[in-house]
Amino acid sequence: MKKTIKGIAAPLSLANVDTDVIMPKRFLITITREGLADGTFADLRFDNEGEVRPDFILNKQPWTTANILVVGDNFGCGSSREHAVWGMRQLGIDACIGTSFAGIFYDNARKNGLALPIVSSETQGDLLQLASDANGGEISIDLETRTITAGDFKAPFEMDDATQTALIRGRDDTMDSLEYVDAIRAFEARLSDTMRVSVIR
Amino acid sequence: MSLTLYDKLVDAHKVCDLPDGDMLIYVDFHIMNEYTSPQAFSGLDTKDLTVWRPEAHLAVVDHVNATRSSEPHDAASKLLIDNLEANCTKQGIAFYGLGDPRQGIEHVIVPEQGLVAPGMLIACGDSHTTTYGAFGALGFGIGTSEVEHVLATQTLRYKRMKTMRVTVDGDIALGGTAKDIIMKVVQVVGAGGANGYAVEFAGSAISNLDMAGRMTVCNMAVELGARAALIAADDVTAAALQGHPHSGQFEFIGENWASDEAAVFDKEFTITGAEIVPLITWGTSPDQSVPITARVPSGSDYVSPKDKAALGRALQYMGLSEGQSAQSIEIDTAFIGSCTNSRIEDLREAAKILEGRHVATGVEAIVVPGSAMTRLKAEAEGLRAIFEAAGFEWRPEAGCSMCLAMNDDIAMDGERVASSTNRNFEGRQGRGARTHLMSPAMVAAAAVTGHLADVRDFTRKTSK
Repeated sequence: MKKTIKGIAAPLSLANVDTDVIMPKRFLITITREGLADGTFADLRFDNEGEVRPDFILNKQPWTTANILVVGDNFGCGSSREHAVWGMRQLGIDACIGTSFAGIFYDNARKNGLALPIVSSETQGDLLQLASDANGGEISIDLETRTITAGDFKAPFEMDDATQTALIRGRDDTMDSLEYVDAIRAFEARLSDTMRVSVIR
Repeated sequence: MSLTLYDKLVDAHKVCDLPDGDMLIYVDFHIMNEYTSPQAFSGLDTKDLTVWRPEAHLAVVDHVNATRSSEPHDAASKLLIDNLEANCTKQGIAFYGLGDPRQGIEHVIVPEQGLVAPGMLIACGDSHTTTYGAFGALGFGIGTSEVEHVLATQTLRYKRMKTMRVTVDGDIALGGTAKDIIMKVVQVVGAGGANGYAVEFAGSAISNLDMAGRMTVCNMAVELGARAALIAADDVTAAALQGHPHSGQFEFIGENWASDEAAVFDKEFTITGAEIVPLITWGTSPDQSVPITARVPSGSDYVSPKDKAALGRALQYMGLSEGQSAQSIEIDTAFIGSCTNSRIEDLREAAKILEGRHVATGVEAIVVPGSAMTRLKAEAEGLRAIFEAAGFEWRPEAGCSMCLAMNDDIAMDGERVASSTNRNFEGRQGRGARTHLMSPAMVAAAAVTGHLADVRDFTRKTSK
């Protein structure tokens, strides 16, 4: 059970940050979920020689320990690669606060315990400003009440019920859905033969 | 009650409601590739689960394979390819691997094999699965955890989307193509403008398209954030279902797979056909495009500081100046391929421009047909000869190739590519690579001139 996410928030105001930027393809040639922390935002964090880019927010104090990102519009667009979310989790990111997220990224995040609170443009602006303050302190995301708090600042966020439940319970969707085998069998029984795909081997 | 095509498709596949507000929906057909499926198969193993209905899945190698040869170009890609084959053998799943005459880019081979029909629900661990909306089928991309979910249950947890209709009415302008239609839609609706929506394309400019064009439109709908794209099934669709290995096997009955006349959409956009002119992207998001006759935007074109900042960053990455004319942009590479534009119809359009002409000095030009079958057809039609005579490199193996550069077709830092693909993101075609999206014919025109060029200058002044 995880009802609250607390920590340092880093501002990443760029719009349309795509999953190619979150996890460049050279890190995708793998058959496991592990070892993706170094690849996460690799081209933003490191230069072509592999040296740390000192100007990038996650390379600066105090944001090196950030576990929350305040992001620009349409974050996570592009490729369906779940590696982007696995990598962010392995880098220690627990939540991204933004105005809109691409659909596949949103679903991938939920499966991996990455919270994506959706806020208004105004709240996004306020939080970007708060997060940019090196002495800004921690912010807190309450999943149950759908509220973000930072000092005196308080704002609501949107999150659908199913995602909220999944994040708080930390459940395994596959195992949960297998509790509905009877319903799945009943659905299949209603399908005519011409609606049952059988791929030629 | 009047329903949208999207709602009809969701209703027809709903297994049951779930207590948390989601529903379970039934997946008629599921496609896998070598890079987003390995962790799904290992998830099944860890949880000691089996595949619910192995015959309803197809696995294909397309993302990491080399296109110069049917041999993997390195050990890492070989591992992914061998791993997929082993998983499919173990689970009894159809596998179209390298060297198989049915192999190719997943979204190109599925229609070729007759594995899509109106009324189906198709999922795949690839965002461009929206392609199948061209057939009046509900197709959408999923992540690897969801791939595991489909394998184990033949269902997905699903939340109904809002609906959007984009109507493109009237004849499109000379030189405009299906690619220009969808690039214009992305420009108008915005890169995230359809997040949370299923988008139906309607209007005479859409219904006048052949199936290849409809697939191009639906394919790139994900670039506006659409979780699904749809075009009503009609006679063109019905004709396209014939003559394939699986033709006649499936019919998804129960509905007229079109939106009811009085159906209401949550959001509507209308674009007139005359606005569809040849476009190119100048930036690093697919919505950053201008007509080929126009100029790269300037800071003064934007009001909001956010937009000005985005312009500056994109121009810096792309190595362009504010207000530079589109046709002054010189290219290093021309690439024709990808699930968006590598079908036989695309190759024909590019070949029309290339016939009797040659690639400009210093430009490297590559064409990767979308499937083994497409390649053979193109060779039989004489298209390979045209491409090769024009100085294009004709790749013998099909795959995603330089669209996302997961194989050995990688653009170098600073290399500028005229590309028939779908994403111009930073680093998409290689670290530091600069991508300009456009139609296949426009790529051919750029290859021949050495800079971004107006395809209409070629079609108007044909020397023949």
